[in-house]
Amino acid sequence: MPAENQEIQDQPWLDPDAEPFIQIKGVTKQFGDFVAVSSVDLEIFKGELFCLLGGSGCGKSTLLRMLAGFETPTAGSIFIDGVEMGEVPPYERPVNMMFQSYALFPHMDVEKNVAYGLKRDGIDKEEIRLRVAEMLEMVELTDFRKRKPHQLSGGQRQRVALARALVKQPKVLLLDEPLAALDKRLRERTQFELMNIQDRLGVTFVVVTHDQEEAMTLSTRIAVMDVGKFVQIGTPTEIYEYPDNRMVADFIGSINMFEGRVTENGADHIRVRSAEADSEFFIDRGLSIKEGTKVWVAVRPEKIRVSKSSPDNTDENWLRGKVEEIGYLGSLSTYRVRLENGKIVDVTVSNQIRPKDGRHVVYWEDEVYLNWDAGSPVVLTK
Amino acid sequence: MAPLTKALDSGEGLGSYQQILVRVQHLLQAKWKTVLVVLPFFWLLLFFLAPFFIILKISVAEPLIASPPFSPLFEWTKDGAMTIRIIFDNYAYLWEDELYANTYISSLKISVISTLLCLLIGYPMAYAIVRASPTAKNILLLMVILPFWTSFLLRVYAWMGLLADQGLINDLLIWLGFIDSPVRLMYSHFAVYVGIVYTYVPFMILPLYANMEKLDLTLHEAAADLGAKPATTFLTVTLPMTWPGIAAGSLLVFIPATGEFIIPDLLGGGNVSMIGRVLFNEFHANHDWPVASAVAIALLILLVVPMMLYQRVQAKETEGS
Ligand SMILES: Nc1ncnc2c1ncn2[C@@H]1O[C@H](COP(=O)(O)OP(=O)(O)OP(=O)(O)O)[C@@H](O)[C@H]1O
Ligand SMILES: [Mg+2]
Repeated sequence: MPAENQEIQDQPWLDPDAEPFIQIKGVTKQFGDFVAVSSVDLEIFKGELFCLLGGSGCGKSTLLRMLAGFETPTAGSIFIDGVEMGEVPPYERPVNMMFQSYALFPHMDVEKNVAYGLKRDGIDKEEIRLRVAEMLEMVELTDFRKRKPHQLSGGQRQRVALARALVKQPKVLLLDEPLAALDKRLRERTQFELMNIQDRLGVTFVVVTHDQEEAMTLSTRIAVMDVGKFVQIGTPTEIYEYPDNRMVADFIGSINMFEGRVTENGADHIRVRSAEADSEFFIDRGLSIKEGTKVWVAVRPEKIRVSKSSPDNTDENWLRGKVEEIGYLGSLSTYRVRLENGKIVDVTVSNQIRPKDGRHVVYWEDEVYLNWDAGSPVVLTK
Repeated sequence: MAPLTKALDSGEGLGSYQQILVRVQHLLQAKWKTVLVVLPFFWLLLFFLAPFFIILKISVAEPLIASPPFSPLFEWTKDGAMTIRIIFDNYAYLWEDELYANTYISSLKISVISTLLCLLIGYPMAYAIVRASPTAKNILLLMVILPFWTSFLLRVYAWMGLLADQGLINDLLIWLGFIDSPVRLMYSHFAVYVGIVYTYVPFMILPLYANMEKLDLTLHEAAADLGAKPATTFLTVTLPMTWPGIAAGSLLVFIPATGEFIIPDLLGGGNVSMIGRVLFNEFHANHDWPVASAVAIALLILLVVPMMLYQRVQAKETEGS
């Protein structure tokens, strides 16, 4: 079955026999009494582009710094390529890091900064020159190679930091917010370049980012972090379409959440009565949730349809409200609809029909009906 | 009031009192920055350049047995013409008598070695202070500055007590059984080095501390991450980045140490010749002000050279950051 083999090859985490390249076992990091990272377990496989996603201060950088060897875990252990990293100093780890603060050497020009790591490896001068030139070409800094860091813009500095970490082509690259200061064009180019390097060299990337869109496009898998813990680890699709809990659902993209109780639990469906929406929802999947349990029915804005006439099968999954705000984004429009009981629902609609005389079909203050497929919502219990 | 302002605007009544007042005000407002710059210059002129020129003047005069004990620069002949007398005999004398050259060399040698010793001791100390916890840092800094709260002279006398034949150090060594009879510590180069290094090490530590305080520790992490062992990190990152602090500290030690008088006099006795003592002797024992002034001017020139080197380093530094 070649198709399945291919799948396993692309998604090594599905293979129970696969040997992880980075293994984090029960790692905790405390600063005094403060727990920055709390007993996390994680396995990252060779060639993955793994994203750590989470709000500010949730411990992403701390985890990365433990991988690089700048912080020692308070408890737990880290293995890279099968080797326990406990006593291995940073300069002997097969890891390079791009720092969130860039940490460029202020007394060296761009070229020397990038060449620094290669020089430490005792590579001969000509090869260093070539590799540095190639790397500077990639990050579009060839013209700036003789400048000192303080003579560069924020985005240029970021690219020097990126180039300096990439040029050594280590087994593992740790990137702390690598693209945050780049403009859209360069960001897309660099994202592409990162994926390219990962493909070409089989480097394993661990990337920290705030930007969920970036995480979605770049990564093979994403770990969503919250106060020192992983709340969900999965592929971008899993994270987006099947969030485990409300925190993940809320953090990735926007979502409408209706609190309710399970009223009927069938083999192939459940029903949820939501006082908040003043309606009953039908979900066409059997879920092992007891009747009467408090749940949240979550629907992504783009999975909701808007119409001005009431839907045909009026018994299920529809709501009525008034359009309170419209955001016209060109390809998309976002509607903010207020239900009769005051609850706000966000809807995103792609603008398939060109507005006549500049007037959209759905307009401010219009009475609208919202409706979605029975398979669209996610039912969350926590 | 209106006609007056009009007159001022149109520039009429030039030279009137109000006009001048307004102009001065204008000048002050527009040029207050210049004023700010001129004030320190004025200060330097008064308290540095004026004494310098007086000493320079005396150094080209002839010694006399009079009060003051040197010939005047300007003299009026009977027919009212002015004559200027400049003689370079004193400088020639410095050049001819080997004593002076040797003393200069010995002074420079002592201050260069002292500066290096201060650097060797001060650099790790400054580094440790920067790395210490905030509370420890304040206490350590206080301890560096603490000696300045006691008179310098007293501290040198204290060292005489420590280093003397019947001093604390000898007593301790005998008591511990390392030696049987006192070792001569006083009146030696050793004692002078101890005194100078002890006195000037804070002047090394403080600029180094100020410089290292700005050092970003993630740079060390970055170096380690790129494969640099601690020694390499020190040579390629720490040392180049603390170079301005090293230069400032070294000059602050080197310059006053070269002209040091009290330490070689009290701790070195007659065995250590430094230019400060020669200067003192010329002024007081020999009462030869012109030669003493020439000694001082020559010393100044000797010291201006490293100063200018430092200036260049600094200029480079400001250009680079
Ligand atoms: N050296 C330290 N001493 C004390 N607390 C620390 C230290 N380093 C980090 N912390 C704390 O640990 C928590 C996690 O920090 P970390 O830098 O890992 O956050 P982060 O997820 O990278 O956030 P951001 O997205 O803002 O960079 C923060 O609350 C931070 O204040
Ligand atoms: Mg961070």
